[in-house]
Amino acid sequence: MSEKIYGLMAEFDSPGALLRAAEKISAGGYRKWDCFTPFPIHGLDKVMGYRNSLVGWVALAGGAFMFLNIAGLIWFANAFDYPVIVGGKPMFSAPMTFVPAYIMMIMGGALGALIGMFGINQLPRLHHPLLGKKRFASASRDKFVVVIGANDEKFCATQTKQLLETLGGANVEIVEEQE
Amino acid sequence: MSDIANIEELKKLAPPAELRRAPVVEGNLGLGWLTDKLSAFAEAKVPLWWWIAFVPAAFAATVIFPVCLFYQIFTGVGVWGNNHPNMWGWDIVNFIWWVGVAHAGTLISAMLFLTRQHWRTTIGRMAEAMTVFSVAMAGLYPAIHTGRPWFDWFMFPVPNSNGLWPQFKSPLMWDVFAVNTYLVVSSLFWFMGMIPDFAVLRDRATTRARKTIFSILAMGWTGSAWQWHHYEKAYVVLCGLCTLLVFTVSSIVGLDFCTSQLAGWHATIFPLYFVIGAVFCGFGMMLVLLTSLRKLCKLEAVITRSHIDKVAKLCLVSGLIINYIYLMEIFIAWYSGDPYERWVFGHRFFGHNYGFFGWMLILINVCLTQSLWFKKVRSNMVVLFFIGLFINFGMWSERMVIVVGSTHQDFLPANWGMYHPTRWDIGLFIGTLGAFFMLYLLFVKFLPMIAISEVKGAVPQGDPHHPLGGAQKGGHQ
Repeated sequence: MSEKIYGLMAEFDSPGALLRAAEKISAGGYRKWDCFTPFPIHGLDKVMGYRNSLVGWVALAGGAFMFLNIAGLIWFANAFDYPVIVGGKPMFSAPMTFVPAYIMMIMGGALGALIGMFGINQLPRLHHPLLGKKRFASASRDKFVVVIGANDEKFCATQTKQLLETLGGANVEIVEEQE
Repeated sequence: MSDIANIEELKKLAPPAELRRAPVVEGNLGLGWLTDKLSAFAEAKVPLWWWIAFVPAAFAATVIFPVCLFYQIFTGVGVWGNNHPNMWGWDIVNFIWWVGVAHAGTLISAMLFLTRQHWRTTIGRMAEAMTVFSVAMAGLYPAIHTGRPWFDWFMFPVPNSNGLWPQFKSPLMWDVFAVNTYLVVSSLFWFMGMIPDFAVLRDRATTRARKTIFSILAMGWTGSAWQWHHYEKAYVVLCGLCTLLVFTVSSIVGLDFCTSQLAGWHATIFPLYFVIGAVFCGFGMMLVLLTSLRKLCKLEAVITRSHIDKVAKLCLVSGLIINYIYLMEIFIAWYSGDPYERWVFGHRFFGHNYGFFGWMLILINVCLTQSLWFKKVRSNMVVLFFIGLFINFGMWSERMVIVVGSTHQDFLPANWGMYHPTRWDIGLFIGTLGAFFMLYLLFVKFLPMIAISEVKGAVPQGDPHHPLGGAQKGGHQ
């Protein structure tokens, strides 16, 4: 049994308990750790030290890309590739591109948000070491799980375990890395 | 001990009963109980009522629908009642009606999220599903109305050997962009919302098949703080974009009409008119679905009377705006002094051709809607179910009045002609209704019909700053 250790997991009973434990772990100087919860917990982002998510910027980029692309396409189609004079109107005018460009901006923004979310979260993925743990199934139900990674500089199988137990974590277990 | 003391204190601080907000979930027994409750229907045996509803819907969707669809495609648009001067008939009426049904779904799931209405968590998913399926039905109509659907790709701006480009200045072209975007974005929004709930069903799965299917659908979701952080951002962005779509898609459908010169169509109020009409109609459909499914799926504790009451109130509000617009339409027709406008509006109600639909519009959309002022009506599920059905018919009549009412009698009496739907029109409509309900029933049975993770975050047990959520006296640093 020479399986590599992925980390240590501990269960908490309520979002409040998880938040308090997270504050202590963060204060203890750990870096490579994460909380696994059935729903987003208000205030946890701050404790984990996350900055504003980049997803919004990816969506903005997607939206802007589509908007300019469609406006450009209309210019290309109507003023460059196949100009047709209709009623003496100009071949291209910016306001007339607005509706299609705006609609496709929404499409681009939505695709950007989704792709950005998947990209940053590294989804879809086929497997995760935690998904192999029986007890982890309760993290999508009513338990709040903290996992401290073995790749953390401060990680020490005994001390970290002790820390999680003193914070009130139940069923502290080792998570094995799987091939 | 400190928790109990906290709850006692909280009770003292709580506002009086009449000012308190209704709980999101009634008789809430905790997060585990909620998870069981919300995933119960998707995991239980298929009940009898489901089959009773599914078999006719599936028959309409898989027999009547393709027969009418392919007969029309192979033969031509002539099999429908559309003919000069009524080039738009039931195909466009039904297109607008289906787009309308979709709108309330997006309004509930996206706009109420942005305004932080926690009660929406319980009905948001069902509303989104309604949106996705009805947009799919709507998108079909214009696609086959072209007459030669195998040339539909001409509508997309792709380089082709003819060197042709679509007419980007036409609202009909904007429709292509709008409906396609609506379908894609609402599907993405619906699917992304379900990912955490797929993970719940994956973790609860007892059979290998379920485990495999939901593992694939959940895409390896673990629910880490990092994932939630970005997920929430993406969700807010999608909500914002979907809100824009609520106002855009039906506006563009309205522009199809108001850019024409026809009396009864040529009005600047049309984009707003269509948006509000769409939302009103969609709330009617929402009432039908919610009042029936909460009972059939035993979800009375989650989709509470208070939530239905709020949907009914929103329905009333949109109905009142629609009533105002009817009034303005008639007023402007009179005030404009245009004899054609006056003729069209007079004949909507007092003409002899389609007066029935005109009066249905008044009786249902104006009169029946007023019954929602009464709390007795809003708390009676059976009555609400039928009001929802009637509103759908009322709004369908309104589209009939607008589309056919204006085209069948235009400026030249020599140009007049009646419109009568044929059996293929009727069959196709029944087919789309069947397909919608078939898809909806499949969704209800096999997918998480209620946003499990969102509801859990909206109850006190999910709030880290609430004693039930484990908050301690003095808070945390």
